[in-house]
Amino acid sequence: MMRRLLIGSVWSYFALLLIGPILYLAVQSFDEGIAAYWREVTKPEALHGFALTFEITAIVLAVNLSFGSITALVLVRQQFAGRTILSGLIDLPFSVSPVIAGFMLILLFGPETILGTFFGTLGVKVLFAMPAMVLATLFATFPFVVRELTPLLQTIGTDAEEAARTLGANEWQVFLKVTLPMLKWGFVYGATLTVARAIGEFGAVLVVSGNILLVTQTATLHIYQSYVDFNYVGANAVALTLLAVSFAILTVLELAKAKAAATLV
Amino acid sequence: MTQHTLLELALRSAAIGYVALLILFPLAAIAHQSFIGGIDHFIQDISSPQASSALLLTVEAAFITTVINAIFGTLSAVVLVRYEFPGRWFLNALVDLPFAIPTLVTGLMIAAIYGPTSLLGMWLQTGGVTVLYDKPGIVLAMLFVTMPFTIRALQPILIELDREQEEASFTLGASPWTTFWKVTVPSVLPGLLTGVFLTFVRALGEFGSIVIVAGNIPMKTQVASVYVYGEIESYNPQGATSVSVFVLLISFLVLILLERLTRPPGERMPRWWRWSNRSLATSIIRPSEIG
Repeated sequence: MMRRLLIGSVWSYFALLLIGPILYLAVQSFDEGIAAYWREVTKPEALHGFALTFEITAIVLAVNLSFGSITALVLVRQQFAGRTILSGLIDLPFSVSPVIAGFMLILLFGPETILGTFFGTLGVKVLFAMPAMVLATLFATFPFVVRELTPLLQTIGTDAEEAARTLGANEWQVFLKVTLPMLKWGFVYGATLTVARAIGEFGAVLVVSGNILLVTQTATLHIYQSYVDFNYVGANAVALTLLAVSFAILTVLELAKAKAAATLV
Repeated sequence: MTQHTLLELALRSAAIGYVALLILFPLAAIAHQSFIGGIDHFIQDISSPQASSALLLTVEAAFITTVINAIFGTLSAVVLVRYEFPGRWFLNALVDLPFAIPTLVTGLMIAAIYGPTSLLGMWLQTGGVTVLYDKPGIVLAMLFVTMPFTIRALQPILIELDREQEEASFTLGASPWTTFWKVTVPSVLPGLLTGVFLTFVRALGEFGSIVIVAGNIPMKTQVASVYVYGEIESYNPQGATSVSVFVLLISFLVLILLERLTRPPGERMPRWWRWSNRSLATSIIRPSEIG
């Protein structure tokens, strides 16, 4: 009896908070038919938003994977002054509101600051353009790859790498042939979380992009604009599309988790 | 200098440079801006009627969210770990979903199903409950985005927690109540605290979903992040800075408190600096920790 009550309340919690809202959005998006859905997601503004989101996500993923793995390697393998501070700073983005993160970038690259003047004289537009949007997304996704890789690096140790070096492999070969394969599923997991967050990032990007139609308007910004303009069908249609992507991401996450558990045991 | 240490040095500089550019410089920028204003301005800014009401509302909603999340998160974690039932695998996979859904989409979903046009929203309205553009909507949005935190922080601990310990306690004549307080609670507490505190911090900063469900009614449904956004839009960097710094300070204090509370006695290094193994982001269950 007790058991049934507990299971029932957990199902209700999930239904009210997660399952209900998701199903309802799906139903609502097709409220005016599939033709209306298709018209909304193929509008030039929507297509531009998808393309821009894809572009930012690709850049962020590449930077995050390379610098994230370097940072994880340095944190686990090297001892130096300031290592704990570095480690503490990495977790910080989790606790900073996206709006505040975006605002910090505005303060850093604004026209009156040192960095802003520097890039201004170079003719590089940082704010209300691609660079700031990438930086904002990098800030939000920064911890994912590092925090997936550090525990893995600690677990696998350096024995295999030392063996490879003794057998005459150079540093690059050691990394590519020994370290990387062992980190594979950690990379997949961290990369998937990065992609999810990059696609979904809104607050920070809204603040630094200026939300300029067909220029700096990403998919989430397009949803926001449609909603503010009372185009609920348009907002829901693009939102449902992103929701479908979220489910794909969740599937990859669950798969990576199972694979990693299988290889580690 | 050998080639090996040269490579190490290059990698270290790259890592430090990257973290400095992305995290340290932006933080320094807002700290600098705050110092320009001075402490009098800071107090004046955060105690203006609109700012203080936004801050109070945010803390209040985040607190309610944290309490609900703690209760239902613990319940969900226990049920998912200890019971076999139809749909268990499905629910367990769904827990990660809020990490994958854009917060703005979360806002749209809640607005749609709890709004005045849906059956549920109409039913609630006749019962005198308004969700949208009111506090319940804000709490619902915060609950959605923080849902995985407590569950994912507790699950690995509950899996590890030896039922034998509890059974031994029973055998030795302890009552279920004593067993619960002396055996179960102490081993679960660090995980629960981690989940709960991270929920609070995450809820404090939430923006995307709240901006949709709360509307932007000053003194009524305007939370701190929405207030900061408004100040930025109306070219008032000083006001935005003061409220931002205040929110950041609360977040950091909460995290430091968490570190103090969960640090095992005698451990040298603050644990929240090495969250790498459990926790953080928490919340994501580590592959190695699944049975």
